[in-house]
Amino acid sequence: MREFFEKLGKIDRRIIYLIVAIGVITPILFKARLPIKPLPEVRQAFDYIESLPESSAVLISIDYDASSMPELQPMLYALLRHVFRKNLRVIMLGHWPLGVPLGQIALEDVAKEMGKKYGVDYCFLGYRPGIAAVMLNLGKEIRSVFASDYKYTPLDSLPMMRNIHNYNDIALLIGLEAGSVGDFWVQFAQARFNQKIILGSTAVITPDIYPYLQAGQIVGLIGGLRGAADYETLVNTPGPASIGMYSQTVVHILVVALIILGNVGYFVLRRRK
Amino acid sequence: MTSVFWTWVAAFFTLSILSFLYKDNPFYKFAEHIYVGSSAAFYVLQLWVFDVYPKLVGGFQYKVGIEKWILIIPAFLSVLMLTRFIKPISWLSRWAIAFTVGMAAGLGVTGLLQGFLVPQVKATFLPFYVPGTSFWNSFYLSVNNILIVLGTVATIFYFYFSREHKGALGTISRAGITFIMIAFGASFGYTVMARVSLLIGRMYFLIHDWLHLA
Repeated sequence: MREFFEKLGKIDRRIIYLIVAIGVITPILFKARLPIKPLPEVRQAFDYIESLPESSAVLISIDYDASSMPELQPMLYALLRHVFRKNLRVIMLGHWPLGVPLGQIALEDVAKEMGKKYGVDYCFLGYRPGIAAVMLNLGKEIRSVFASDYKYTPLDSLPMMRNIHNYNDIALLIGLEAGSVGDFWVQFAQARFNQKIILGSTAVITPDIYPYLQAGQIVGLIGGLRGAADYETLVNTPGPASIGMYSQTVVHILVVALIILGNVGYFVLRRRK
Repeated sequence: MTSVFWTWVAAFFTLSILSFLYKDNPFYKFAEHIYVGSSAAFYVLQLWVFDVYPKLVGGFQYKVGIEKWILIIPAFLSVLMLTRFIKPISWLSRWAIAFTVGMAAGLGVTGLLQGFLVPQVKATFLPFYVPGTSFWNSFYLSVNNILIVLGTVATIFYFYFSREHKGALGTISRAGITFIMIAFGASFGYTVMARVSLLIGRMYFLIHDWLHLA
């Protein structure tokens, strides 16, 4: 027993990496699927979007970049499919300049897939510096921050934007967050202008966002790859997040097993000293 | 054709970075340097294209009246910030820093009070008994509320340092540290999930987009 744990303690870390890699690759390769039961907070987000009247305006903020893409990009695709299916109008902007093109790619992909027209069903505003200043000014007049869209087309030339001036004209704000911008949305858009917000976040920051949900400051929360998989399930368009859940489960079981094994080994070796 | 080329480039850099898990090697170093260099270049460009040019240079060109001349203040503060590199007058940069700190503090204090502290405190004023649709539903909701209230109070007491943590205070603060540890555990679990998700994302890219095996 002691010898076993001593050997285990000296195992080359690369063997563990290899086992993790096999655990991740195999389910993807064989397209293995697990049944997904959406979490209540994700369903809450879905139900809120379902409840919005047709042609309501939804503001989507891209607050992440390529390093968080595996979690948030599938979430964005699923959300866009849902809002376009509901015939809602999408306004997209971003606070992470490196990530803004990711939002644009997804928006154009899904709009094309759903037959939506630029300027009528959706528009892309791009990036402006100064997170708090942008959020506060959006509460007064969008044109004071974004006089034009990303192609320098004046906002009033876009039919969908003619009657949209501030948060009062936006039914829902969806923030996809990999950092602290979500906190700013809650502090400036929700607290000051009572804007309804759904936050989608990377798993790292999801525990920090739960208090907002519990306090009723946001109307839904989609957390991490699991949240993205839940949303894909709810809109019935399984994608990369749903495929990744099997790998996620395998690696989680492996991590738990290794933690237990490591602790047992630690106690066995300590007792024998 | 272009997208195929960029997919291969992305696959090359993904494999180069992952090769560090085996051991340090020239491919990893190459990918790392490209990443650092291109990120730095991007941020310099971004500052010029989105901040300095439209807000300051463009402002001087296209704005009129007071809106134009008020730009002298941020321009002056920007120059002051650069005095950090000239030792005899480097103290001048503190004015620009003081302005930034003051503005951020003003925004932060009001934002945090209105958007975080007050709503979060209000959210802990919860009833210990919640009538539900069934006995177990009511039990679940009530226990949830009790845990939130007790957890908040105990955690606050843990950070009360004006008296030694003995007796009743010691018991409450020990409960507080237990709640903090549970929160840390949840955060750690979520962090593991996030990191695994990133690996899954890259593997999905290699298998699906690059090799077309799935």
